[in-house]
Amino acid sequence: MESLYLLVPLSAFLVLALLGLFGWALNAGQFDDLEREGQRILGAADAGLDADQGPAPPPSEE
Amino acid sequence: MGNTSVAAPPDAVYDDKAVRLFTVAAIVWGVVGMLVGVFIAAELAWPDINFGIPWLSYGRLRPLHTNAVIFAFGGCALMATSYYVVQRTCQVRLFSSTLGALHFWGYQAVIVLAAITLPLGITRGKEYAELEWPIALLLTVVWVIYAINFFGTIGIRKVRHIYVANWFYGAFIIAVALLHVVNAASIPVSLTKSYSVYSGVQDAMVQWWYGHNAVGFFLTAGFLGMMYYFIPKQAERPIYSYRLSIVHFWALIFTYMWAGPHHLHYTALPDWVQSVGMLFSLVLLAPSWGGMINGIMTLSGAWHKLRDDPIMKFLIVSLSFYGMSTFEGPMMAIKTVNSLSHYTDWGIAHVHSGALGWVGLITMGSLYYLVPRMFGRQQMYSVRAIELHFWIATIGIVLYIASMWSAGVMEGVMWRSINNDGTLAYSFAEVVKATFPFYVVRLGGGLLYLTGMLVMAWNVWKTATGSSYRPVRIPLAAASA
Repeated sequence: MESLYLLVPLSAFLVLALLGLFGWALNAGQFDDLEREGQRILGAADAGLDADQGPAPPPSEE
Repeated sequence: MGNTSVAAPPDAVYDDKAVRLFTVAAIVWGVVGMLVGVFIAAELAWPDINFGIPWLSYGRLRPLHTNAVIFAFGGCALMATSYYVVQRTCQVRLFSSTLGALHFWGYQAVIVLAAITLPLGITRGKEYAELEWPIALLLTVVWVIYAINFFGTIGIRKVRHIYVANWFYGAFIIAVALLHVVNAASIPVSLTKSYSVYSGVQDAMVQWWYGHNAVGFFLTAGFLGMMYYFIPKQAERPIYSYRLSIVHFWALIFTYMWAGPHHLHYTALPDWVQSVGMLFSLVLLAPSWGGMINGIMTLSGAWHKLRDDPIMKFLIVSLSFYGMSTFEGPMMAIKTVNSLSHYTDWGIAHVHSGALGWVGLITMGSLYYLVPRMFGRQQMYSVRAIELHFWIATIGIVLYIASMWSAGVMEGVMWRSINNDGTLAYSFAEVVKATFPFYVVRLGGGLLYLTGMLVMAWNVWKTATGSSYRPVRIPLAAASA
């Protein structure tokens, strides 16, 4: 099953790389304030974006 | 707000040119890919409609269909949305407009070359990796450009936290690069012909390591990235549990890599490798359903939005199909179940519940959010047409899946029926004949799904030609101006 000589070391390397990436994320504070980060994309700062794109549709559906 | 009579400095607005181009391309290739699908579905019921013309034959057109719907339709949708999401969540302009243009045109070149070579019969014969070596090389270059542009944008971000959708898109980009390079390795003997460096069961193992991870990283991780941005934005609520999104992301990418052998049960692949594939496929149920629950529960406390908003219907129903497929898949990965389902139309049913149900619907919902904003509006030209599309598509999916489940189980049972003296009860041809009515129903389901896509194309056309795009200011840049 020679293809495993490629696939297993490749996957092992991948796992190590992923662990390293996870470790970097942890140390870089990526997981520090998760509640706020989930809210951020809905934040007031974004509210201006849609207004750039023309008038809001009327409240009732067509 | 909304007055751009004074031109904003270049860095203060998002660069959505590539987003717009990929969005339009996704719609066009969606129609094309589904049209080819409908034609080959008709061919399976009435083979003579190829009129003996080689480049209309099922064998040549099927990979054209799969490549068009997965890589052209799905790929362009992922590229459009990833460029849109990464800029807005990093509050920064795209890393390079030039790379964005090279990426777009390079990828379209790959698609056009596929459309020419596959009907001509120029193929490597490896599923979802059919494109011959010169096109595969071009694809590699385009993918490197994409990776530089996407990760470059994250690198220059103005927000320290990398929003979860970007992790999913990033995993998709890196994994697909790795899979492509390993599985496409071949020795060219002419401009249009090469041989895989692997052979026999070794090649099969590499092929399905690639094939299942293409499903896991292209069709799952990538579109989960889409889901994690567009569902909260459309629902105007944060993801149900941001913590869960991170946990299931890491669990998903660690376990997906070894599910591939479940495509090779009861073949020459060693038993222990088959068992590993079965085990990891079952384990995968958990992180997959974590994503589904997270997306659906985002509507907790706001279920009325499902009733009133057809875009929400697309997004949430897509997750139901995602949950269904990620339950069905592990079940089919169990060797005993697989001994019935392998090589039957049950596999086709499973693929299409995932492709039409999950990938298709989440893409349509996300593009219905994205398209107006790419053309100077906040809403599609016709909301009623979105609702119509949703119902046509869903009924089409149900017809498709139900007919293929029926055909699949029937095939599996008929193939293994033996008489008392040990001979086969049915010849292969008899079983083929018995599947005819199911193939006709499936064609009906596919026609409905294509019709829905045409309704979408019309709606996008009316939206795009009705007004024009206005550059979008980057909030953080504006705040510090």
